[in-house]
Amino acid sequence: MSTPIVVEGLTKRFGSFEAVTDVTFTAPAGAITALLGPSGSGKSTVLRMIAGLEEPSAGRIVMDDEELTVKSVQERRVGFVFQHYALFRHMTVAENVGFGLRVRKQDKTVREARVRELLELVHMEPFADRYPEQLSGGQRQRVALARALAPAPRVLLLDEPFGALDAKVRQDLRRWLDELHRELGVTSLLVTHDQEEALELANQIVVMHEGRVEQVGSPGEIYDRPATPFVAGFVGAANVLHGEVVGGHIHLGSIRIPGAAHLDEGASAAAFVRPHDVRVASGDGDVAAVVERVASLGWLSRVSLKLPWGETLIAHVPNDDLVGVVEGDTIHVDLRNPKAFLVGSETSTERADVSART
Amino acid sequence: MGSVAQTLGGRSGLWSSQRTTAVLRHLALRGAAVVYLGLLVALPVVAVITKGFGDGLGTFRDAMATPAAWAAIRLTLWTSTVAAGLNAVMGTLLAWVLVRYRFPGRRLLSTLIDLPLAIPTLVTGVMILALYGPNSVFGRFLDDLGIRILFTPIAIVIALCTVTLPLVVRNVQPVLQELDPAEEEAAATLGAGPQATFRRVVFPAIRSAVVAGTLLTFSRCLGEIGSVILVAGNIPKKTLTAPVFIFQLTSQFKPAQAAAVATLLFGLSFVLVLVTSRLIARNEASA
Amino acid sequence: MSVVATPNVRRRGWLLAACLVWVGVLLLVPLVGIVITALEPGIHVVTQTLRAPDVIHALELTAVITAISVVVTALFGVVVAWVLVRQRFWGRSLLNATVDLPFALSPVTVGLAALVLFGPGGWLASFFESRGIQIIFALPSMTLVTIFICVPFTIREIVPVLEEIGLDEEDASRTLGASVWQTFFRVTLPNIRWALAYGVALTTARAIGEIGAVLIVSGLLQGKTETATLFIFRAYEERQVPAAYVVALLLAAVSVTLLVVIEFLRHRQERERSRT
Repeated sequence: MSTPIVVEGLTKRFGSFEAVTDVTFTAPAGAITALLGPSGSGKSTVLRMIAGLEEPSAGRIVMDDEELTVKSVQERRVGFVFQHYALFRHMTVAENVGFGLRVRKQDKTVREARVRELLELVHMEPFADRYPEQLSGGQRQRVALARALAPAPRVLLLDEPFGALDAKVRQDLRRWLDELHRELGVTSLLVTHDQEEALELANQIVVMHEGRVEQVGSPGEIYDRPATPFVAGFVGAANVLHGEVVGGHIHLGSIRIPGAAHLDEGASAAAFVRPHDVRVASGDGDVAAVVERVASLGWLSRVSLKLPWGETLIAHVPNDDLVGVVEGDTIHVDLRNPKAFLVGSETSTERADVSART
Repeated sequence: MGSVAQTLGGRSGLWSSQRTTAVLRHLALRGAAVVYLGLLVALPVVAVITKGFGDGLGTFRDAMATPAAWAAIRLTLWTSTVAAGLNAVMGTLLAWVLVRYRFPGRRLLSTLIDLPLAIPTLVTGVMILALYGPNSVFGRFLDDLGIRILFTPIAIVIALCTVTLPLVVRNVQPVLQELDPAEEEAAATLGAGPQATFRRVVFPAIRSAVVAGTLLTFSRCLGEIGSVILVAGNIPKKTLTAPVFIFQLTSQFKPAQAAAVATLLFGLSFVLVLVTSRLIARNEASA
Repeated sequence: MSVVATPNVRRRGWLLAACLVWVGVLLLVPLVGIVITALEPGIHVVTQTLRAPDVIHALELTAVITAISVVVTALFGVVVAWVLVRQRFWGRSLLNATVDLPFALSPVTVGLAALVLFGPGGWLASFFESRGIQIIFALPSMTLVTIFICVPFTIREIVPVLEEIGLDEEDASRTLGASVWQTFFRVTLPNIRWALAYGVALTTARAIGEIGAVLIVSGLLQGKTETATLFIFRAYEERQVPAAYVVALLLAAVSVTLLVVIEFLRHRQERERSRT
């Protein structure tokens, strides 16, 4: 049943505005792939094009070795889960779930058995005769999922499925979707702006920004080895420090950060350092910084540090390492796992929102 | 449709026969809508206006040259104004009472208010005849007092008020319903009595709904014939309204003149309806 | 209910009384009046009138015209509402404005338009005459003017509902494999059914009550092109007052029944809208 989704050069223009530009990736069979990006990045548009709800301006979509680009929505046999559920308000839960089978003129007994099977799968059996308005958000989304899965689609497309729900419900459903996916093994493509969700659920993440693909990789790769400044800043918190490239290092004030070998000599560069990669050094360490604020977050603290050349660094430090440290003190820190990027015209806008992200 | 679609769309990549069918269907529906409204609604309107100005302004002026014509229009205008004014006040009052008060029979009152929407206007006229005519108890009572209602402009105003009764009410009611009681409570805590609160807090909020309803009422009154034709007596220059006048002209085979008066009336109503829908749209946008 | 609204019980009493008097004098009393007046001559006059061939024909004609008007405006009403809400194209606001035109016209103007189009020497008169089809002073023109007048009702009720509901359910239906027609009948139509029913009820009432336009286009041929309302008009003019009152009472009774249906549908529709 599971098939990979292959997307090549997908582009979508609305009038003169290009919402999606040259998007290419493959969602592996049987896995969950997340399309991650901020609002307006074009990820929902990509999903809708794959479903057939929008026509691409260019590009191809292939599933099961079949080119789907010009096929109608009905012919594609995709399961689609909407952010606001889109349950048929005039039908009961059971009728909703059976809809896809009904329009394909399936035999009544077969249909009813399948509906029951799916309702049990999503633990909504007791609500079979209720109407959507009588259900909570989380319940409605489970019904929407059952409905999408009933006609045995070859892929499952989810458009910010938990976006409209409370944080707690979101977490529960996230866990539950994970289990469900393990059981069913349907190729799934999940659109989300929540990086935590993507990192937790997905086997592969496609990061999108302003209509383009920034990076495709496993959650580990995306997090530890971001390919672009945007990915570094969007996924996981990051400090951004600015300096110059000298001899394969970034010179920031008095310190030198390695990892700039791939960048041009003399160019302006930005180094991204995650807050938890700022470690209190035993001894001299990379740099000395003044403690501006310490905010305890339980077992660790968020420490605002002022660097000698004026930039601010946010560090997440275990409380054990901060014994006796108060505001105004100078401490020595190591900057681990820095990622260096060139500072160019495309990245300068990202700098602005990324440096605010700690 | 399918083979045409295939022929049209068969070739290049993104124009599938599916998409072509969809586009054709879209256009067919749009075409049906345009033809339906164009033939059925737009064409007749054009016909009347053209007839009214048949040979240019000459026909128009000739038609309006008769004193009866101007008197009819004047009568229609002032009776409509009075009826619209009365309903503006009473309609708002009714809306207030329906929304803010609880009393036995409220549902019945609400239903009754909609009666003019369901009942033929001619039957309304007959009801007025029955009530104020010489054969009824009430009619004879009025006769004894020397008060004449039928075949005077008063009867026209009564008829107009009756048939337009629900218009202002139903326009104002939803707006009143949506008001946040907290605003009025705030006014009270700041020392405003009920009248001041109504004047300063409630009325400004419902004002455009009241105005829209009143304009709608006025526009409706301009064209009203069914309830007026039996009760007014149709005495030229005294109780002959414009719509009845138009009817008389057509009976006398003077369609061009009838069209001239009708166009004038239509022009007035059209402007009013435009203004009204702008107001209503603005109301809903800010709600 | 606002606590601060007229806490003074006496003032409330006056306001309520004013409203009741207004509605009572304009509607309730005349309604009672016509019941009394129509039934005064005795029940046998009532049955006699209702059995007269002219009356029966008039009632039949009204029924036929109403039925055709309801079907046509309902069908095309759904199409127009759909096109207005779901399609974007140049001229859409013009189309939208056209829908409101019938409300801006006096019914006599509508009748006049039909006369200009189909009457002697009219624009389209020769076209139909040469084919031997009688439009003016016959059923077709009477039906056409009634349809014209009833055009806006269904459209204005369905449009806001279609707008509120949005596309999601229809998109979902397509992803589940339903064809466009299946989506329309199984998903869209159930969502607009109360709005459509309400529009149909209003259309029915309006069509039954139509007088201004049919007065001009019917030719008032007794027994041939007389609707119920035209019968009342002519009967009254010819001093057949009791007959006029009886038929008027009949129409009033039908209207009151329709009113109950309309109120029920209005409440259903409001409940629907609060569900979304």
